[in-house]
Amino acid sequence: MSTFRRQGEHCVATFAADEVRVLRKVASEVVGLLTDGFDHSDPVVGRLFPDTYPDSPGDSADLRRYTEGDLKTGKIDQAGAVLAALPPVTGGEVRLDAEAAEAWLRALNDARLAMGVRLEISADTDLGDELDDAVLHDPTSTRVFQLSIYAYLGYLQESLLRALVEGRLAH
Amino acid sequence: MGGMAAPQVAPVDAPDTEEVPVADRAWVTIVWDDPVNLMTYVTWVFQKLFGYSHEKAEKLMLDVHHKGKAVVSSGARERMEHDASQLHAYGLWATVDQA
Repeated sequence: MSTFRRQGEHCVATFAADEVRVLRKVASEVVGLLTDGFDHSDPVVGRLFPDTYPDSPGDSADLRRYTEGDLKTGKIDQAGAVLAALPPVTGGEVRLDAEAAEAWLRALNDARLAMGVRLEISADTDLGDELDDAVLHDPTSTRVFQLSIYAYLGYLQESLLRALVEGRLAH
Repeated sequence: MGGMAAPQVAPVDAPDTEEVPVADRAWVTIVWDDPVNLMTYVTWVFQKLFGYSHEKAEKLMLDVHHKGKAVVSSGARERMEHDASQLHAYGLWATVDQA
């Protein structure tokens, strides 16, 4: 698994072909979710665009009219920043300046939130146990694959955050 | 959370409420616990958005984690709605309520 490290002003990682494929897929899925597939009744959309006033659907809807467009555009742009910075499918280097690194952090977080809803990740979920159970049940299942990607994205997000914050400390 | 050294970020532009009339201070932005968001990420978002010191941001993050929620800013209603929207942009689960 690749790790981001700090190189001067940049956060840099080298991705293998399968990592590029996975990142391209999850970022594209987020874009799809926010464009053609946008559906307020989808619990993933509910999590990415939470009600500001949970006890007042009317107030939440009123506010949504003003904020949702920008919020959606921002989320599409940050997923786009991931797609734009990815190397060819054969693999290669990703080099992010601070702005791109922040867009990646937010995009990786959106992708993890979406997967977390689909995988029904809860406060009690131990990802290692969950993965072991899924492997015992059927090592070739979609759930094993999805849980692995979810764990990978968390690892990648953490490493990117560390690389970004280290750079700030150095200045 | 990893043993990350605490970045001593100066509390730039802390959203203090000194200039805000009492009547306009009656609203708060609340962040709720979430099983997905990384603790280090949540701390970073609080520093980034509110200019809080690492200590303050981390304490708020731990409050969210252990108590289920924390008030992260307070002030006029429109400002809290702005804060909540910003937090949503970062994927945090934020709501607005009367103090």
